[in-house]
Amino acid sequence: MLVILVLFVVIAFGLTVIRGRISIYKVFLPVILQLSAFVYFFIKIKHIGKYDKINEIYRWIPQLGLNLEFTLDGLSLVFALLVTGIGVLVFIYAHSYMRHYGRSGYFYFYLTIFSAAMLGLVLSANMIQLFIFWELTSLLSFLLISFFHEKEEARKAALQSLYITGFGGLCLLAGFLIIGGITGSYSLENWLLHADAVKSDKLYLPALLLILVGAFTKSAQFPFHFWLPGAMQAPTPVSSYLHSATMVKAGIFLLARLTPVLGDTPEWTFIIPLIGVLTMLTGSYFAITQTDLKAILAYTTISALGILVLMLGIGTTLAVKAAMVFLFVHAFYKASLFMLAGFIDKKTGTRDISKLGGLIHHMPFTFVFALLALFSMAGLPPMLGFLSKELIYEAKVHSPGIASMVLILGISTNVLLVATSLFFISKVFLGKKSNYPKHPDEKGLLWLAGPALLTLLSLFLGIWPEALGELLQPALNSVGFGAEMVKLKLWHGFNRVFFLSAFTVSLGVFLWWLTAFRAGFIIKWRQLNKKIFTWNFSDAFAGGIASLVKFSKISTSRIQHGYHRFYLLSTILFVSLLLWFQIYITRGVETDISFSARPFYILGLCVVVFLSALFATLTNSRIVAIIAMGVVGYGISLIYMYYSAIDLAITQILVETFTIVMFVIILQRLPNFARLSSKHAKIRDMLIALLFGGGMMMLAIKSISVDFRQPVSGFFTENSYIKAHGENVVNVILVDFRALDTLGEVTVLAIAALGVYALIHKKSKKE
Amino acid sequence: MEITLAILIGLLYAVGAYMILRRSILKFIIGIIFLSNATNLLVFISSGIVAGKPVFVKGARIDGPLADPLPQALVLTAIVIGLGIVVFSLALKYKFFSETGTDDLDQLKKTDE
Repeated sequence: MLVILVLFVVIAFGLTVIRGRISIYKVFLPVILQLSAFVYFFIKIKHIGKYDKINEIYRWIPQLGLNLEFTLDGLSLVFALLVTGIGVLVFIYAHSYMRHYGRSGYFYFYLTIFSAAMLGLVLSANMIQLFIFWELTSLLSFLLISFFHEKEEARKAALQSLYITGFGGLCLLAGFLIIGGITGSYSLENWLLHADAVKSDKLYLPALLLILVGAFTKSAQFPFHFWLPGAMQAPTPVSSYLHSATMVKAGIFLLARLTPVLGDTPEWTFIIPLIGVLTMLTGSYFAITQTDLKAILAYTTISALGILVLMLGIGTTLAVKAAMVFLFVHAFYKASLFMLAGFIDKKTGTRDISKLGGLIHHMPFTFVFALLALFSMAGLPPMLGFLSKELIYEAKVHSPGIASMVLILGISTNVLLVATSLFFISKVFLGKKSNYPKHPDEKGLLWLAGPALLTLLSLFLGIWPEALGELLQPALNSVGFGAEMVKLKLWHGFNRVFFLSAFTVSLGVFLWWLTAFRAGFIIKWRQLNKKIFTWNFSDAFAGGIASLVKFSKISTSRIQHGYHRFYLLSTILFVSLLLWFQIYITRGVETDISFSARPFYILGLCVVVFLSALFATLTNSRIVAIIAMGVVGYGISLIYMYYSAIDLAITQILVETFTIVMFVIILQRLPNFARLSSKHAKIRDMLIALLFGGGMMMLAIKSISVDFRQPVSGFFTENSYIKAHGENVVNVILVDFRALDTLGEVTVLAIAALGVYALIHKKSKKE
Repeated sequence: MEITLAILIGLLYAVGAYMILRRSILKFIIGIIFLSNATNLLVFISSGIVAGKPVFVKGARIDGPLADPLPQALVLTAIVIGLGIVVFSLALKYKFFSETGTDDLDQLKKTDE
């Protein structure tokens, strides 16, 4: 299986380098590839039916549980067949579709890589690996939606889908990590073994919700459904492949895959059907009022995805069986309908349903295939769609608990779908001919190859459904419902389900009659929708993103305003607040605040130092400020001297002298102090400075009461003379005990000196 | 006596903070000097201060309480490094003025011209 994936990637890259005359035919490379992959999986049907599954493990870091694990069981086989089978047809179709666009090499590249990612996703047996493929499909969907990146709507829609599916992907990963934490590994095998432990864990609900968000965003479930109609900006082969038949089914696949691990709990059977029902109603309700052919199809896709989710959520054998059949049905008819819509678009120059009509005269074959596909969508006999709709009804009738509600809503959905299908046929193909931007014809056999094959297959399987049974049995096995034998037949006799169907169809036909023949009905309906739904999800989402960007811009310009002193101001303010907070919470610690004025000359010295500092602040003369600063420095050196720090005093005097000399030298070349700050700003700064200074004072007072002299200093004092042969302990520390530190300090000074030299002597660029 | 020094430290910090909030670069540098002096004093008194007993020893025997040598060594280093900072920022300031002709920090908003 790894070999297949690697082949896909190699050929994908190969596609980008093909140039020249043969490049028109490069599409046959991926077609052959898809076809051979399809044949490979097709041959495996028998094998899987007999032996259940094939596993493939490539060990990478088994100690960490990091392996490449693939499994081909019934479920992945179903999806793999869909991905490769429809892939073949989509590539053939894309050959016709993309011929008139540039960059087709990149298009095939993206599409081939997507097939590989999707195959990887359905074949993964390691959940982290599955997640990586999952994200890859989101990314490629983004690239393909924005393929016509000249169009702004395409870029917008692509970003929207990326945001939503990307968000879902992250939730999914979080969910996987939680379950990985519970089971201790990320191998699917292991998860299946520990299913009971997972379900009874207290983190089950959060994990389930996160995984569901992932699945629902991918499969365009309410309330994340709105990205799918937007994704119709993609070239039609993409809509037909990614956004109807394969990628949007990844969420369905995941639900089916995890049914044995997470399913069959009250949470599962409540949340999933609820969302499914909402989605299927939303989709089918909005489908009929759309004017764009592709938008109609997109909304019916949403509806179909809702039905699939509902079936998996109900989770009875019947329901899962119905879901599996419907999976095929939908892939068949929706892929063909998209291809046909793209064909009509290309041939007539419009996809607007109100501008189309009477196409049966120009495109009779298209009409036949569309009719078959739409019959399948409406669930009319003898298509496979009929059979699957019967199964779905049966599942709803027999669903535990909420059956009656689900059934009524399901019938309304199907009524709408029937009406939409008939509306589609009558508006596009029947009626009087319209004036088209282009003169429509039906040239180009390859355009119709895909739809023809799929709809005829749908018809064939509708009449002989037993052929599908062989494939579905192992799929049901891997979802955990293998006990019952799968038996499919078209005709079930005159039972309850049949009457429900008949009822649905007649209501649907009535609704269609209203929309198609009562002038103005559909227009009024559209207007009504506009009135009721004054806002839509898509715009709201875009608005949300826009305001987020705006907020971030505003906050960035607030925080990163570029004024140096306000950065300092906020830093000082914040530090002061922390300081005072710390002082507040340690208020219980005893501090010595006894005051003695002895010796009086030190007290006087302190007063002098303080006054000079204040003076330096307030004066407007630079030279006075510097002298005052010097007084402070010398005063401090006297304090050092009195309190037994001879070396400090000496250093301080030297440094202070040097600083003053430097200042005076530089001062000659600098302007006077400018009065730059307003009075208001000065007062504000003073208050902040006092807050800070007060905090530091409290810190100083507190630090006096803490004694941490003993542990270290004793060593220096004791060993200074004996070991280092020096009487002055401070000096010994600097040049002996901590000599390397001093070397570092000297280096710092040397670098600073070099910097000063460079600054002074470097010629200005302007000169 | 320590309480007096603590008050002095607080005041020096306040003055330094006020000065570095000014727009004039020269005042900013003076502010840095005050802040470093205040910090040196804070470290110096933090282990308790002893008047008139410098740490000179002959042999292992210590007579009475001596001053603590460790903060002194730290502060000595800090004073010297502080000098490096001040001189370097003075040179920067000089260069800045000769390039731009202004003393105003608010003119320093853009990274490129």
